[in-house]
Amino acid sequence: MRIELEKRPRASAFYAVLSPFIALLLTVIAGGVMFFLLGKDPIAALYSFFVEPLLDVWSLHEIAIKAAPLILIGVGLSVCYRSNNWNIGAEGQFIMGAIAGAIVPVVFHEWHSPLVLPLMLVFGMIGGALYAAIPAFLKANMNTNEILSSLMLVYIAQLFLDWMVRGPWRSPDAYNFPVTRDFAPEAVLPEILASGRTNLGFVFALAAAVLLWFMMRYTLKGFEVTVLGQSERAGRFAGFSSRRMIWFSMLLSGALAGLAGISEVSGNIGKLQPIISPGYGFTAIIVAFLGRLNPLGIILAGLFLALTYVGGEAVQLTLSVSDKVTRVFQGLLLFFVLSCDTLILYRIRLVFPGAAVPAAQQGAE
Amino acid sequence: MGIVEAILLTVITAATPLVLAALGELVTERAGVLNLGVEGMMIMGAVLAFAATQATGSPYLGILAGIGGGALFSLLFGFLTLTLVANQVATGLALTILGLGISGQIGEAYVGMSGTKLPQIAIPLLSDIPYLGPLLFRQDLIFYISIALVIGVNWFLFRSRAGLKIRAIGDNHASAHALGIGVIRTRYLAVMFGGACAGLAGAQLSLVYTPQWVENMSAGRGWIALALVVFASWRPWRVLAGGYLFGAVSISQLHAQALGLGIPSQFLSALPYAATVVVLVLISHNRRTTLINTPASLGKPFVPDR
Repeated sequence: MRIELEKRPRASAFYAVLSPFIALLLTVIAGGVMFFLLGKDPIAALYSFFVEPLLDVWSLHEIAIKAAPLILIGVGLSVCYRSNNWNIGAEGQFIMGAIAGAIVPVVFHEWHSPLVLPLMLVFGMIGGALYAAIPAFLKANMNTNEILSSLMLVYIAQLFLDWMVRGPWRSPDAYNFPVTRDFAPEAVLPEILASGRTNLGFVFALAAAVLLWFMMRYTLKGFEVTVLGQSERAGRFAGFSSRRMIWFSMLLSGALAGLAGISEVSGNIGKLQPIISPGYGFTAIIVAFLGRLNPLGIILAGLFLALTYVGGEAVQLTLSVSDKVTRVFQGLLLFFVLSCDTLILYRIRLVFPGAAVPAAQQGAE
Repeated sequence: MGIVEAILLTVITAATPLVLAALGELVTERAGVLNLGVEGMMIMGAVLAFAATQATGSPYLGILAGIGGGALFSLLFGFLTLTLVANQVATGLALTILGLGISGQIGEAYVGMSGTKLPQIAIPLLSDIPYLGPLLFRQDLIFYISIALVIGVNWFLFRSRAGLKIRAIGDNHASAHALGIGVIRTRYLAVMFGGACAGLAGAQLSLVYTPQWVENMSAGRGWIALALVVFASWRPWRVLAGGYLFGAVSISQLHAQALGLGIPSQFLSALPYAATVVVLVLISHNRRTTLINTPASLGKPFVPDR
């Protein structure tokens, strides 16, 4: 049996909507198989992974807290990927944003003012954008592959954060623990609901998604992103500069990742420590694709991937399965999303042996 | 053995996985396929090699498990990008994310366990050569394979008919298809070769470099291998040279830490990653030579017309 693809005359709108859901279904089925292989009752495990977190208020808040950075980073990456700029270093930009934003509450901890929080957020965005400017500069001016350079910078950012919290920024009263001093109350992102811990970061995420949706759909800049991403040549004829687009998309996604970083540190952790992210910058890549690179879709995708984090913690407690299953789920999900997307552009046909095979396919070796 | 030989030995150990993984990716990319999942295939090779060694007691079966696991894992990438024409960059990332996840899950049982180190094989006569003998001829099997593969791949790509076909596919898949070369089938084989090499590189990590299982023990080496392919402008001998250069950089930071030069250890640990970026910039800033060296169909999807 062989699988053949036949190009559709035009992209299928039906499958464009349906494919993420097919992917989710396949992921859940594969997840059930995985739990079965681990010797657990698959139905009970899937229930406690995907459903139980939705049933209590505490978990819902946890989902919102984890969805915020995923959505913020994911919408930024969607603009990058649509314009064919492969920033995969969002994790590093997240960390650098967090460090830059923390300058105010750590270094100037004696300064108390309502301006502290806004300044932190601005610094966070600048930090993330500056760190993304490195691969942007190297790609635009030095012709260097941004995939590799942005990824290498992730490792460097992690090590830099590690040095900061163990060295210059280590809190004098933390008994040698590698943490900075706790942020003062005015440096903490306020909670937005009386029922739990969800903070302003979630609002930033929704606002960024709506703004970018508007930009992509109704503005010339959005059109420029799409055209340059699909055909650089066509974009050049329209007078768009692919070099400027590199800068625009990388700085935008870097700033959003930086905002996510400082929001996470300020709203959720309250200080800097060696590890501030369970891989949000990489998971956001999955979020971007699951949301089909559409900012509104990314909101839903971000909530779902946040559920996989919370669900992973839940099964760890209830079934004593390692929380590593979360990573497996996330990887499987991206695979299924990418394979289901084929349905949008192609019709898939199964060809069985005995059917006529075009001569060119028999390829002489 | 003197201090110089000891240092050179560690350089060889650090360079071998880079050379192997980069060599596999080189063949994959010469066939026009960009597989960014090297890190994922490598870590799968590492965990499977370790698990198989623990289960059977034989590190040689461990090596086989690493190679087979890497090759099978790469088939997943092949199916998505070659049969379903999914985006190669995104699928490669997916392979890395999935590989890190699954290996963490499998490796859970082996954390903290002490492993079996791959024994050294002394080659008679040659291993008695002063200085060179202990360095090059009293090594483990994976080192010998890595050197043989560099020679073999170089011969295969530039001296054999099949190698010519691979390069033809990588430079222009439409023309190769028109000439009757099985583009998809050849690419599947090239992807699997890349997976097998990455798996072997992973086996080297968990059987030779640090004979134990540590989560995420590949630590970005798969990505450095990808950069090495660019650095080597898709030529096997330069992969060997580049691999040893990077091996030397990553070892020099360890020795610098041991000497205690007063530089924070994090800065030294960042050295290999920073060096990778610098080298990438140096090698690719000339747009024209980059264009000439890069396989022209690299990363482009191919759907045969019927």
